Amino acid sequence: MAVLTVADVERIAALALLELTDDEKQLFTRQLADILDYAQQVQAIDTSGVPATAHVHAGQRTERDDEPRASLPVEEAVANAPDANADAGLFRVPRVIGG
Amino acid sequence: MVQQTARAIRDDIAQGRASASDVCRAFLERTQALNPTLNAFNHVAADRALARAKAIDAQRAAGASLGPLAGVPIALKDNMSVRGMRTTASSKILDTYVPVYDATVVQRLEAAGAVILGKTNCDEFAMGSSNENSAYGPVRNPWATDRTPGGSSGGSAAAVAARCVPVALGSDTGGSVRQPGSFCGVIGLKPTYGRVSRYGLLAFASSLDQIGPLGRTAADAALVLSVIAGADPCDATTAREPVPDFSAALTGDVKGVRIGVPRTFMADGVDPAVLRAVDDALATLNSAGATVVDVELPHAKYAIPVYYLVATAEASSNLARYDGVKYGHRADDAKTLREMYSRSRDEGFGPEVKRRIMLGTYVLSAGYYDAFYLKALQVRTLLRRDYEQAFEKVDVVAMPTAPTPAFRLGDKTDDPLQMYLADIFTVSAPLAGLPAISVPCGFADGLPIGLQLTGRFFDESMLLRIADAYERVTDWSRQSPAI
Repeated sequence: MAVLTVADVERIAALALLELTDDEKQLFTRQLADILDYAQQVQAIDTSGVPATAHVHAGQRTERDDEPRASLPVEEAVANAPDANADAGLFRVPRVIGG
Repeated sequence: MVQQTARAIRDDIAQGRASASDVCRAFLERTQALNPTLNAFNHVAADRALARAKAIDAQRAAGASLGPLAGVPIALKDNMSVRGMRTTASSKILDTYVPVYDATVVQRLEAAGAVILGKTNCDEFAMGSSNENSAYGPVRNPWATDRTPGGSSGGSAAAVAARCVPVALGSDTGGSVRQPGSFCGVIGLKPTYGRVSRYGLLAFASSLDQIGPLGRTAADAALVLSVIAGADPCDATTAREPVPDFSAALTGDVKGVRIGVPRTFMADGVDPAVLRAVDDALATLNSAGATVVDVELPHAKYAIPVYYLVATAEASSNLARYDGVKYGHRADDAKTLREMYSRSRDEGFGPEVKRRIMLGTYVLSAGYYDAFYLKALQVRTLLRRDYEQAFEKVDVVAMPTAPTPAFRLGDKTDDPLQMYLADIFTVSAPLAGLPAISVPCGFADGLPIGLQLTGRFFDESMLLRIADAYERVTDWSRQSPAI
């Protein structure tokens, strides 16, 4: 397995919301196949009964009291937006519904 | 002036032998003279730095107490947020981004009196081992300008090596502080996961990312770490472990310290000159009173695939936030929301970032999750256990930081897998969450070599103590590039 096709790369690009050029699709198909082929060596390791480490300090308690505190003012929160209506506190995007 | 350590600068300023303004001007001049050659800085914040330095001088004149880094110039990798200062992560997608808040490390540095000189060049979103993945061009190694400074914190390491700043911060996910430290002949420390807050650090792989200092001496790294370390309510992954005075650990003594060397793991693919330098360093530490024994890390040889499976999976999730809506680049004239997302990301991200997002998305996707991602997380556990077993008989594990000295610009850019393989010695410490340091330990054909020491959880003190003791009996750290 792990022989990657251009169709696989197109499927992944769609999942990742990346619009790739034809050249990029060809290049990534080859390079990702190489990397996955190499990475496949982990599959030969016996890991039966071994728990996964997603995070080295898992289980640390991080709760705090649920008290309101100051947060970013709206005008600052939208300050870097490519298209915002700061007065209304909104980000503008292309039409999603109807049209 | 620019040859001074951070400690000496702080002491000179505190005792009135130098003004923070003069110090700041000297380092700014050096930076502005060398940056056209090195490309180490994305942004030099001269006016802001001079204003801060002036404020330190005013504080001193008024008899106010000065912080532990008062007047010390520092450079920050361009993936750390400074309010009002352009922060790009060396990506086109953030070309015009100006943070509206300070990273916790920035708050702590400035509260301690540090003067931020500017933002350093790096691989885009810290993804790379050569600094060639920057939207603003590669950094050049001060020791040989046809070589890479390493990556991803290449600008920070080059800036320290070239005396543009006495100290800098980098971020380390798979070696991004230690490997450029090794390539540029400076100290690079990756603290224990959770030791330093990641609040305000532009995220790459959240279970691995850690901010750490680069400097020319262990004492300077200790000084900076003492300032930036500690729990932070803004980062739930910071540890509540007490923060010791790291400077107090520098006793100059390594008697009784036990150093483990994973000989089997180091058997293949290491440049003979690197191996020789590391062996010499171990012999030196042995003469100083440390014992050196062999240890085994049976799963370390799998650390590269595990790292690139885990880190890219996390990256694919973290970088989903760059959508052209809240900040960053947005493609013109997109007709639909989906088209706007996809085109903005395609135009904004460079090739390596796209490759990693693609790889991470693949290994998390249905049908591949168990075989790749989950499997990698299980092997990560085995790797952690290897270190736990090693630490039953030794205090630190020593190996080279990188298998070779700095390679030439362009050498590995066509083959991502070859670039990844160069990270063999640095990726296992972050996977296990452990602290690790790179210490200059020699040269091969004029290019620096680094010795890497990995320690127990929260035992940065041991790493700094050994590094400092080693510095006292060798002179590698006092070498300076001819640039």
